[in-house]
Amino acid sequence: VTALSPSVAALRQQFGPAILRAHVSCGDTIVVVAADRAKEILGWLRDDPGQRFDLLVDLTAVEYRDRERPLEVVYQLWSIGRRAFLRVKVELAKDAGLDVDTVSDLWQSANWAEREVWDMFGIRFRGHPDLRRILMWENYAEGHPLRKDFPLRGRFSRSEQVRQALSGALEAHYSSEELSIRQAQGGRP
Amino acid sequence: VTATRQVVYELSRPEVDAAGAVQVRPLTVPLEDEGTLAAEHMLVNIGPQHPATHGVLRLVVELEGEAVVRVIPHVGYLHSGFEKLGEYRHYNQIIPLTDRNDYLAAPSNNVALAQAAEKLMGIEITPRCQVLRVIACEMARISSHLVWAGTTGIDIGAFTVFLWMFQEREKLYNLLEAWTGARLTTTLTRVGGLMADVPDGWTDELRRWCLAFPKVLDETEAMLSRNGIWLGRNLDVGVISGPDAVSFGLTGPNLRASGVPYDLRKDRPYLGYETYDFEVPIGEHGDCYDRYLVRMDEMRQSTRILLQALDRLPDGPINVADPRVILPPKSRAMADMEAMIFHFKQVMEGVAAPVGEAYSAVEGPRGELGYYFVSDGTAKPVRWRIRPAAFYNLAALPKMAEGHLLSDLIAINASVDVVMGEIDR
Repeated sequence: VTALSPSVAALRQQFGPAILRAHVSCGDTIVVVAADRAKEILGWLRDDPGQRFDLLVDLTAVEYRDRERPLEVVYQLWSIGRRAFLRVKVELAKDAGLDVDTVSDLWQSANWAEREVWDMFGIRFRGHPDLRRILMWENYAEGHPLRKDFPLRGRFSRSEQVRQALSGALEAHYSSEELSIRQAQGGRP
Repeated sequence: VTATRQVVYELSRPEVDAAGAVQVRPLTVPLEDEGTLAAEHMLVNIGPQHPATHGVLRLVVELEGEAVVRVIPHVGYLHSGFEKLGEYRHYNQIIPLTDRNDYLAAPSNNVALAQAAEKLMGIEITPRCQVLRVIACEMARISSHLVWAGTTGIDIGAFTVFLWMFQEREKLYNLLEAWTGARLTTTLTRVGGLMADVPDGWTDELRRWCLAFPKVLDETEAMLSRNGIWLGRNLDVGVISGPDAVSFGLTGPNLRASGVPYDLRKDRPYLGYETYDFEVPIGEHGDCYDRYLVRMDEMRQSTRILLQALDRLPDGPINVADPRVILPPKSRAMADMEAMIFHFKQVMEGVAAPVGEAYSAVEGPRGELGYYFVSDGTAKPVRWRIRPAAFYNLAALPKMAEGHLLSDLIAINASVDVVMGEIDR
């Protein structure tokens, strides 16, 4: 299949210049949309009766080996009723601040997925209710592991990694502040 | 899926507001009737080392009496950085990592990776390979569901199920071992084919097992489905509605138990699943009991698929006839100059994928198991992403468990069927 998904024409008609590019790779249509209107576009794709992309299959990010290329946030959408697939992408230039609006109020599944993207890539999701690290621990200091400038074995030496792991206050993980961690993180950018 | 439904017990519930949401009282806020024990919320830490969390899952639970007010799951204790490691490996070298992803269904993961890489490279696999992969996927589904049924039985206090299920799983693992040499870490597929064909007489063994296995399911269901304790622990426990399940990105048996008929084998067929005659069991209440019924029925349907696959298993090669993708036999690589060059290039340089990206998913035992590759034209992917079904399923656990008893939380966690390898990756 090399034809564009019909959703692209509908998107172009609805959002015009906010739909930046569209192409087909390995049979799947990829639409690149403007970062500042991504949430509006994704909400429309979810709710429009002609689109009905009700399942956010996956939300992830891609960084290329080419340092000049922007980071991409990737939304894999599936419509259960129409049996249609669409991949929406948002490009984030590395020098312009890695921020994009959260879609966790559109799909609950985005809550943990966005936490993982923040954890692994350092992309912030504006309006996310609980943007904490999820796979790495909260005070992990080496950065965001899936970035290309992050070395495979970590930034710190082995001995420093061990020292940091052993120096943590264990009580902090089992305290009653645990439950109000969301409030405690209020000042986080 | 049909069963007589009646509420066996009335359980106490924590306070709810007008909208039906559970009242959350943070520990940091002083309570009105301070000083009495009854008013105090208790904080219980379950895991990461606990038999009922099915691995290194940690749940921080806020309790009012015995009722769960809030659940906060903490994951990542098994994080191994698979996706990062994949960026430094050839496509075939990633396959051993996929075994360790969802270690209860390694063949599903092997197939998902090979399928995504083949989609990226535009490779069509052989008919025999297709059918063998179907067999591997369905064996993985059954053996994973058997572990689920057994451990859920233990969590709820039924030890017999565990023994019966693991007995059958043992037989399946013996078959997988005869095929691949390993029981859990099968590393079954290669890009463009399989690591080996099935040994002589293997298909007869599997057929014998397929004919005997439904009887075990019947006996298990006879023991559980109308069992008063089983009903009391499962009926109307951990309910999640269809729209909520879709919003949380649930897939697989958890989604279908809520009445949403989404199964990749039917909706986005791969490996020729559209040509097999089987049904997708759908629940309607979205509680633990429906999840149990759906999984039990799925094992029956998988057995049907296995028998059909055995009937149609064609002769022929298991690998594509492309020396750039498939390693030549060792004997030829040692004797024939051209074969040796292909052998050398594949081992040293790997197989380059064209520029592009491919997302390909299989219906794993826990739902949509998707592999997403982005290639810049080299032999190693720029990005390898696993779409982890269990990760999304676990994110819905607080939604299902809040408002129930602490003991129900254990039953709900079991019914969600988490596997930490896939969640933490």
